[in-house]
Amino acid sequence: MGEQITGAQSLVKSLEHVGVDVMFGIPGGAILPAYDPIFDSKIRHILVRHEQGAGHAATGYAQVTGKVGVCIATSGPGATNLVTPLADAQMDSVPIVAITGQVPGPAIGTDAFQEADIRGVTMPITKHNYLITNPDDIPRAIAEAFYIAGSGRPGPVLVDIAKDALQRMTEFKYPQSVSLLGYKPQTEPDSQSIRDAAALIAQSKKPVFYVGGGVIKANASAELIKLAELVGAPVVTTLMARGAFPDSHAQNLGMPGMHGTVAAVTSLQKADLLITLGARFDDRVTGKLSSFAVNAKVIHADIDPAEIGKNRYADVAIIGDLKESIRALIPAVDAELKKSKPDLETWWRQMNSLRSTYPLGYNEPDDGSVSPQYVIERIGAITGPDAIYVAGVGQHQMWASQFIKYEKPRTWLNSGGLGTMGYAVPAAMGAKVGAPKTPVWAIDGDGCFQMTNQELVTCSLNNIPIKVAIINNESLGMVRQWQSLFYQGRYSNTDLHSKRVPDFAKLAEAMGCVGLRCESKGDVDRIIKEANAINDAPVVVDFNVHRDAMVWPMVAAGTSNDEILIAREMAPDWDSQEL
Amino acid sequence: MAQHTLSVLVENSPGVLARVAGLFARRGYNIDSLAVGPTENPTVSRMTIVLNLEGHALDQVSAQLFKLVNVIGIQEMKSGESYQRELLFVKVKKSNGNESKIAEIASRFNGRVIDDGSSTVTIEAVGMPKDLEALLSQLKEFGLRELVQSGVIAIESGDVTLAERTLTETGVASSESHSQTEDYQN
Repeated sequence: MGEQITGAQSLVKSLEHVGVDVMFGIPGGAILPAYDPIFDSKIRHILVRHEQGAGHAATGYAQVTGKVGVCIATSGPGATNLVTPLADAQMDSVPIVAITGQVPGPAIGTDAFQEADIRGVTMPITKHNYLITNPDDIPRAIAEAFYIAGSGRPGPVLVDIAKDALQRMTEFKYPQSVSLLGYKPQTEPDSQSIRDAAALIAQSKKPVFYVGGGVIKANASAELIKLAELVGAPVVTTLMARGAFPDSHAQNLGMPGMHGTVAAVTSLQKADLLITLGARFDDRVTGKLSSFAVNAKVIHADIDPAEIGKNRYADVAIIGDLKESIRALIPAVDAELKKSKPDLETWWRQMNSLRSTYPLGYNEPDDGSVSPQYVIERIGAITGPDAIYVAGVGQHQMWASQFIKYEKPRTWLNSGGLGTMGYAVPAAMGAKVGAPKTPVWAIDGDGCFQMTNQELVTCSLNNIPIKVAIINNESLGMVRQWQSLFYQGRYSNTDLHSKRVPDFAKLAEAMGCVGLRCESKGDVDRIIKEANAINDAPVVVDFNVHRDAMVWPMVAAGTSNDEILIAREMAPDWDSQEL
Repeated sequence: MAQHTLSVLVENSPGVLARVAGLFARRGYNIDSLAVGPTENPTVSRMTIVLNLEGHALDQVSAQLFKLVNVIGIQEMKSGESYQRELLFVKVKKSNGNESKIAEIASRFNGRVIDDGSSTVTIEAVGMPKDLEALLSQLKEFGLRELVQSGVIAIESGDVTLAERTLTETGVASSESHSQTEDYQN
């Protein structure tokens, strides 16, 4: 019989074994046994101020590093506070593992103090989850959890461990390998589907690369650039794929979708072929599905077979790891194009005309106040494409996607699928922990910021010097925009008064950060530079901006992409376009 | 409206029924019946799910189901290539000495009387769903007091077994796994 250790020690040894270097969490009753060996472990534990912050930090860390992020919480309320970040990670396919304490095995099911059935609660919002009541099962559960989270289509995995399983003695036996009967992701694409896709590409006169977040997950940007240049087709990058293909590349038409560029949205609508790579035909991209890209054939490459045909029929489905799939496509497409290469000149003339006629832009407010788009554009321009930008959810998120130029993968983080307000500050914290030498700017709204800003205390105390730009329009801006457009300007409960209360600069100072305020356009550059120069403390800048600015272009929810508006009640002049 | 019978091999682990049921509920798939029980392998259970696919493609349902880590394999049980049976118990009202008539109807459907009470007769019958439906429609005129049905279970005809098919191959063994239906936009 081998050395006997506690389940808690076995847990920490397992986490060390799997290569965890940092975790975000808060102790509490049921998880307390685990915190004793954590005290001695080389794993860095960052004590957050709310479990939601731990979850989003794990996500930010994972998005930046490509590794599995880890968060840890106690039973009951500790675990339920992880629900939002788990759902968020599930929607955006982020690999995280959440460890939660559970009440002791004999107490499970008795409505014990701080008991919540977190395995049951998180079944629909995790890739998989575990409830462990026997200490001998801990190493295998941890090994499986990390394998499942990080392989195939990544996602969150929760491991709930009963307190007595942490306390009881066990022998540490880490599994040599992980083999799951019901989980064998297909990574290598089928060669017939590659040939079929190549043939379609070589026939297409109006192809578009519809690029989703999967390209970033698969680390396939370099391969994508090769394939895109080989085909010569326009490229659109979804909200989750910003940075997967350089914005400066001549073939990049920008972001498609509800707030996409006219050129990107129209390219999908008018295409005869969508080369879909790691994207999932989300309603925010397709608009009204029945009128989406009606003349296009679809190549759909994804690692998740369940995405094929879920929303849109795929003429050719390529199941596999995108890096391998694109690598396989390059020679196959090259061979086809050598036989015959379609002339894309007309297609490009149409797209270039849209691009030059309808570039992204914004009007300066006429009351002298600062335009929010200007602030965001300047942060990106001054800080540059090597920095990491993390947005909350709402208008500022769309503007950060539109007006910051992304050149590299893993430099743009946001909550795309779930749309989690409050994501930015904790995710930026996790991102900075994952990339300590890289400047990290959270572009946040005044509404979002007030949901999770307490993690700035964590940042201050743990030397995690993130920068936060609060785009303060003293309202729930995107909701207000919809009220302006669809509810006759009846601003029910969207006024936050946050230019009066709270005083964000003072709040920042109280949390150990540098607090700055910017109220005029002339100060924007200077204050951004001042913030960029501070590297020994978190910085919060309260940018007071015009409150009536709106995000354009816009495809209203539930309508066709053909109904895109470039400003209020203003459609593109389609008659002047040759389409 | 299309009915399909899926046989699903799952790991015999706690919570697996909740995972499957939860998936069907949250994605809006309609279950007509679900039967679950042990198999020749103690670590594996088998579910037989009869689905009513209105607006959903069978491939999509199978693919979502197969995403569950505890789901080992899925196979559609097609009529003509499989045997499908259901067990039924029904208590029928007795009156004016109609017991023999009830027993005669039951026997026509390979059913039998298993309990003769003071006011009801209990019948047991095993058969294909459509035969049991026919039996019930004939018994209805006497008045049905209580009806219990097990849900359909199914097995493929011939020597092939689902475990062999799915444990050795990739998993989703729908013969139409590359075809698509036209109702993808629902």
